[in-house]
Amino acid sequence: MLDLKGYGPALLDGAIITIELAFLSLALAVTLGLIGASSKLSSNRVAKGAATAYTTLIRGVPDLVMMLLFYYGGQVAVNNISDLLWEAYEIDFFFQFDPFISGVVTIGLIFGAYMTETFRGAFLAVETGQIEAARAYGFTRWHTFRRIIFPQMLRHALPGLGNNWQVLLKTTALVSIIGLTDMVRVAEEAAKAERMPFHFFIPVAFVYLALTAGSELFIKWLNKRANVGVVQGG
Amino acid sequence: MADKSPLICRDIHKTFDKHEVLKGISLETRKGDVVSLIGSSGSGKSTFLRCINLLETPTSGDIIVHGDPIRFTNNRKGERIPADNKQVEQIRSKLSMVFQGFNLWSHMTVLENIIEAPVNVLKVPKKEAIERAESYLQKVGIYERKDYYPAQMSGGQQQRAAIARALAMEPEVMLFDEPTSALDPELVGEVLKVMQSLAEEGRTMIVVTHEMAFARDVSSQVLFLHQGVIEEQGTPEKVFDNPDSERMKQFLAPNF
Repeated sequence: MLDLKGYGPALLDGAIITIELAFLSLALAVTLGLIGASSKLSSNRVAKGAATAYTTLIRGVPDLVMMLLFYYGGQVAVNNISDLLWEAYEIDFFFQFDPFISGVVTIGLIFGAYMTETFRGAFLAVETGQIEAARAYGFTRWHTFRRIIFPQMLRHALPGLGNNWQVLLKTTALVSIIGLTDMVRVAEEAAKAERMPFHFFIPVAFVYLALTAGSELFIKWLNKRANVGVVQGG
Repeated sequence: MADKSPLICRDIHKTFDKHEVLKGISLETRKGDVVSLIGSSGSGKSTFLRCINLLETPTSGDIIVHGDPIRFTNNRKGERIPADNKQVEQIRSKLSMVFQGFNLWSHMTVLENIIEAPVNVLKVPKKEAIERAESYLQKVGIYERKDYYPAQMSGGQQQRAAIARALAMEPEVMLFDEPTSALDPELVGEVLKVMQSLAEEGRTMIVVTHEMAFARDVSSQVLFLHQGVIEEQGTPEKVFDNPDSERMKQFLAPNF
């Protein structure tokens, strides 16, 4: 039996943090992605410009740099604003950047940009005739989106979404750098203390592998559901 | 006048960018009318049909559906847009459309396709909508395919399903946009037969078509469009056998 030298519970807690972080970031990323894609496809110039700036900026900067910038830079910004407000208006405004929230926001922001592109492509892949038929039958915009566009774009979005999710899951390992005690951080400490890197990092690797393999199965199942009504060629 | 006209269009103009596609088309229908819109490609007949249910917004002109005139307003750029989306949705639910490319929703079965709008737009109870859908599927002859997805059926079957979807709205007017143009020749007949039976039941239909035999035998009114204007209009006998316009004569020439 694997002997984790008493680090077992801490590793387990870390794994739970990793999973929570991944799912919350995913929720944020999907929301941002849907908003971003709609903005990019809208005729509103401001929305379009903002979404383009967002994806260009985020996709062009390394994840790690973003995370450090957001966590340390964000704290400095809050401190400065806090000082300014206190000196000028004697308003007491201060909060400490929480590494967990910072992690969720940073990862959500980063993957929101990738999701924007995924969803944009998927929106465009829905045949206009499908949407036109909905309009011609008196559907409201929301009803058209919910019943026709969304189910059909999901089919086109799922492969990209699945891919993004796997990368996102692995990106969560970066939060150990900003001091969040996720699974990687615990393993690192344990490995250092016990001088047994293999002993601690290999189980961590397997947890990631199990998570990604599990999600792959789930995505396969989702894909099958989303492709209902599609006759596969060949 | 005993009955309100199901559909009146007055002086419809449509301009895309600077190109004027419709230059003043008017049409008045009575209940039970079958109006065929004929003309060569690019004559504006499909655009006119799409203006009727506001898939395109006419640049000017009035559309009155069963006595209810569609209200328009101008947006900030000065383009004409419908004033009230609720009204547009309500009017569209009275004018069901059959498309050239069928446009059945590909992720829904035939039955789901047919009950979607009655249940969600007209708020018909689901059970009743299903009963209605099944009776219309029987009428168009594809009841046994009700649980198929569109991609599992032939074009003719898909178009008949699309006609059942249109019928399930129990519309004021049915709009057909070249319903047989995307079909293999041997499948055209089954769709035309269904349409003919609808005409015989007294449903009001506006049909954009290249099927001259259908236009001649089934319609009560024929409009021949050329470059955005009505070149010839009247009963099929008048338009086909005794046209005044040179263009109409030319258009018919290859058929003889």
